[in-house]
Amino acid sequence: MASVTDPEPPRESFRLSMLLNDTRYRGYTFQFIALLLLILFMAYLGWNLVRNLVDQGQDISFEFMGQPASYDINQRLIPYDSQDTHLRAAFVGVLNTLLVAFLGCVTATVLGVLAGVLRLSKNWLVAKLMAFYVEIFRNVPVLIWILIIFFVMTAALPAPSAFRGDDPDSSMLFGAFAFTNRGVYVPRPIWEAGSAIVVAVFLASLVAVFAYRRYATKLLYDTGRLLPMGWPSLAILIVPTLLAFFALGQPISLEYPELRGFNFQDGIQVRGSLIALWFALAIYTGAFIAENVRAGIMSVSHGQTEAAAALGLRPRRIMSLVILPQALRVVIPPVISQYLNLTKNSSLAIAVGYMDVTGTLGGITLNQTGRAIESVMLLMLFYLVISLTISAVMNLYNNAVKLKER
Amino acid sequence: MNRTVFLGALAAAGVTAGVAGAATLDDVKARGVLNCGVNTGLVGFAAPNAEGEWEGFDVAVCRAVAAAVLGDPSAVEFVSLTGKTRFTALASGEIDMLSRNTTWTFTRDVDLKFEFTGINYYDGQGFIVPRELGVSSATELDGASICIQTGTTTELNLADYFRKNNMEYDPVPIETNAEALQLYNEGSCDAYTTDASGLAASRATFENPGDHVILPEIISKEPLGPLVRHGDNEWGDVVRWTLNALIAAEELGITSANIDELSQGTNSPEINRILGTEGNLGEMLGLDPDWAVRAIKAGGNYGEIFARHIGESTPIGLARGLNAQWTEGGLMYAPPFR
Repeated sequence: MASVTDPEPPRESFRLSMLLNDTRYRGYTFQFIALLLLILFMAYLGWNLVRNLVDQGQDISFEFMGQPASYDINQRLIPYDSQDTHLRAAFVGVLNTLLVAFLGCVTATVLGVLAGVLRLSKNWLVAKLMAFYVEIFRNVPVLIWILIIFFVMTAALPAPSAFRGDDPDSSMLFGAFAFTNRGVYVPRPIWEAGSAIVVAVFLASLVAVFAYRRYATKLLYDTGRLLPMGWPSLAILIVPTLLAFFALGQPISLEYPELRGFNFQDGIQVRGSLIALWFALAIYTGAFIAENVRAGIMSVSHGQTEAAAALGLRPRRIMSLVILPQALRVVIPPVISQYLNLTKNSSLAIAVGYMDVTGTLGGITLNQTGRAIESVMLLMLFYLVISLTISAVMNLYNNAVKLKER
Repeated sequence: MNRTVFLGALAAAGVTAGVAGAATLDDVKARGVLNCGVNTGLVGFAAPNAEGEWEGFDVAVCRAVAAAVLGDPSAVEFVSLTGKTRFTALASGEIDMLSRNTTWTFTRDVDLKFEFTGINYYDGQGFIVPRELGVSSATELDGASICIQTGTTTELNLADYFRKNNMEYDPVPIETNAEALQLYNEGSCDAYTTDASGLAASRATFENPGDHVILPEIISKEPLGPLVRHGDNEWGDVVRWTLNALIAAEELGITSANIDELSQGTNSPEINRILGTEGNLGEMLGLDPDWAVRAIKAGGNYGEIFARHIGESTPIGLARGLNAQWTEGGLMYAPPFR
């Protein structure tokens, strides 16, 4: 007996018109067309660039990066003089950018977290003061802050010559710090023999502090016994280092800045331009971070606070054990953007003559060689790489601290 | 990632390119206005006066060219440019000519593809210091903080000078002349360096000019002059010979006072050729016969312009020095109009 099987549905053969009429394919068709248009547009721009360069008799070449830069840079983290190449000058600028970005991010985070938490304080005055800070600094362009701080500094602080003479107009703070309109001069540590041991002891104490805190936490969770955290941490951090320092006969001494000739010599000069840029970027970005922190804290339901209070936790512990861990997952992603913004905003450095990479590669090198396209391309590549790196690192951190949802 | 970089660069390049090879003379005539790049503000050379009109030694060159080409010395759109933006503005066609105390150097001429159309001021880089500093020579500046406008040849000269003399210094780079002067006056830098003419011009604006000394050392050659884009020789000729006409006018004694009389015809063939009563020099340039008459009338001859804006009777008080006519021991020497 022949069983009658259902005839297979007729296999539709693919027809060209289905690209438009069939919903299964239509999406792909439009995506393909869009891609094609994008490629054509890029190709047109590329062709336009090449043609215009040829018209002007120019080409794209990076050979200039190997030639002597012939200009001087005032803030150098690595040895550099005017006979070094443009590449090295660019690198000096890169380090200056990274320096101010790092200092700015750290300071902005501290300021932002403080202001964000305090803005939620029950103390009316403190809360309003923080709201004032956030609104003032967030709503004025950062370039203006940079300029204001720089010009106030140069106008308000004395010139080095004011420190000269038997009865000078200005004197150094504790004989060690000089605040001038060219920057702040601080003592420089001199590392003598044995100083390595002191540093090693300090690093070991640092590790010990973490170990102690971890042990204390574990003890708390296991037995419920609460060890004091604050003063033992401080003691572990300081006492062994101090003991090592004196036991080894004070191997680290300080070299104080001293006015010789036109400027203070010795010591470390923290340039006015660096301070202005650093401070402006930090307070500006800090205001944004404060808002992120506030948003994160407010995103945690008030019931959590009440539940924790009902368990008998004190307000500070409620914040550190209940609220902050839950708030962090809301806070960190926007803070990453703020770090990226701060790093990119540091390119405003030229306004106060801070020699960051935009000032060296994108400023003097570009000007003296006339290689605008090449320099700008390199600059973009640099900022892109830095931003992606910060992003990647911060995302790793985010993954580590975010709530493990089950 | 690469695509993003590339696209951005293209956008940047799109601005700088796209105008090469255009006939600037025709463009200017069609537009009816000359776009001239000048300093952002350097008294005596290019600065707006109390009525808000641009005036100065460099501005006068723009006005002379506008008068020669368009018949109206006020048909100029002044674009103020910093040391950093000037070349991009010229290369991109935003301006037709640049008259902004710009030093004629090999790389600017050859590698940046510009054409210098002559020299209107022979300058050199100098230093200004407060008198109370007690410095009388640049060789005593070891260890000093020196303010400097970034993106200029002065930056390189300064590095060379201190290296050659085995001295240290602390460069304080600043974007504009005004900001640099502010830092200098507040004592953020011990000395300020730029072209000696610029120092004299800036000193004139100080509250007490006598409290500041311009040091005797001139550490570089800075021939300043107007420039145009490479590759448009007709336009380059117009600017070059307008400047030459001003210089030749002084040599030949053509002034704004006697030019109407002289342009009726004289018995000096060269004056006649310049003023268009003899020969067809104007036609060769693509202009009408009395182009030079208008150029000279715009602000007078070279000597008159110099005296009015930066000469010894002005607050800037520059002596002619190298900028005197060759017949007077200077370097100003216009090629023959023939």
